[in-house]
Amino acid sequence: MNPEFTRNHFELLGLPVAFALELEALERAYLDLQSRVHPDRFASAGESERRVAMQWATRANEAYRTLRNPLDRARYLLGLKGFDTGEESNTSMPADFLMQQMEWREAVEAGRAGDDPAALEAVRGELAAARREMQALLARALGGDRNYEAGCSLVRKLRFLDRLEEEIDDALEAASEGRP
Amino acid sequence: MAYSDKVIDHYENPRNVGSFAKDEDGVATGMVGAPACGDVMKLQIKVGPNGVIEDAKFKTYGCGSAIASSSLVTEWVKGKTLEEAATIRNTQIAEELALPPVKIHCSILAEDAIKAAVADYRKKYGEDDAAKKAAD
Repeated sequence: MNPEFTRNHFELLGLPVAFALELEALERAYLDLQSRVHPDRFASAGESERRVAMQWATRANEAYRTLRNPLDRARYLLGLKGFDTGEESNTSMPADFLMQQMEWREAVEAGRAGDDPAALEAVRGELAAARREMQALLARALGGDRNYEAGCSLVRKLRFLDRLEEEIDDALEAASEGRP
Repeated sequence: MAYSDKVIDHYENPRNVGSFAKDEDGVATGMVGAPACGDVMKLQIKVGPNGVIEDAKFKTYGCGSAIASSSLVTEWVKGKTLEEAATIRNTQIAEELALPPVKIHCSILAEDAIKAAVADYRKKYGEDDAAKKAAD
């Protein structure tokens, strides 16, 4: 039994190569594979067999971690289709999206300066709504529409929202630490 | 990671922060964002009738290097024609500010912002006057 490094994460877990994914199915496929390749099962096996089992287990973990997170899954799937999401290099984003980012950042800055957790939570709520909307669009772009360009753009936007949420979390943490 | 003195200077005393009134004549805006770090940069230029950039303003949400890069660029573009401004390269910004490799993307963002502002001007007002004169 070889880890078959040519198989992609979906194939490794016996799942269809698609963005739409039942988390339960992923969980089951992962546990099933893991139970077959877990290094503990090969404790008494020979050196090379143990090494192969270890490689399998590592591959299974990586596949599971990547597919579990929608943004990571989308980026991975786009990569399989030959598309680079350009998160490190593409800076041209729609003006209205960037205006909204500016406004949110201003609100976060004001909330942080004014030590106003309610204001920060309000931005987080808006952010969560925007994320849900974008994830639905992403599912459609990568699903029926097969619009991978749009998929890349949505991944960039969602990455942006992730970063903003981290900032809100930091600000909320700072606010709660300032309290007696 | 230590910031260079120039970055700290621009970060602590950013030049040309703010924005122009939306309807002000000759004003164009470039907005760019970096998904990986979440930085947003808005750079505005005010172009005179002779096609020369008279003034520039910026607003940046991001790290010290991103703020310093945009602050520096607003200084650099003043007195330049649109064509000259569009030739500013991120490598020049990174060199001037002594940015470490992990912060090069901040200088790329600033280069993209000025390019976007120039493109916005050309879209709004047609070809710049200087270019027209050169063609005459």
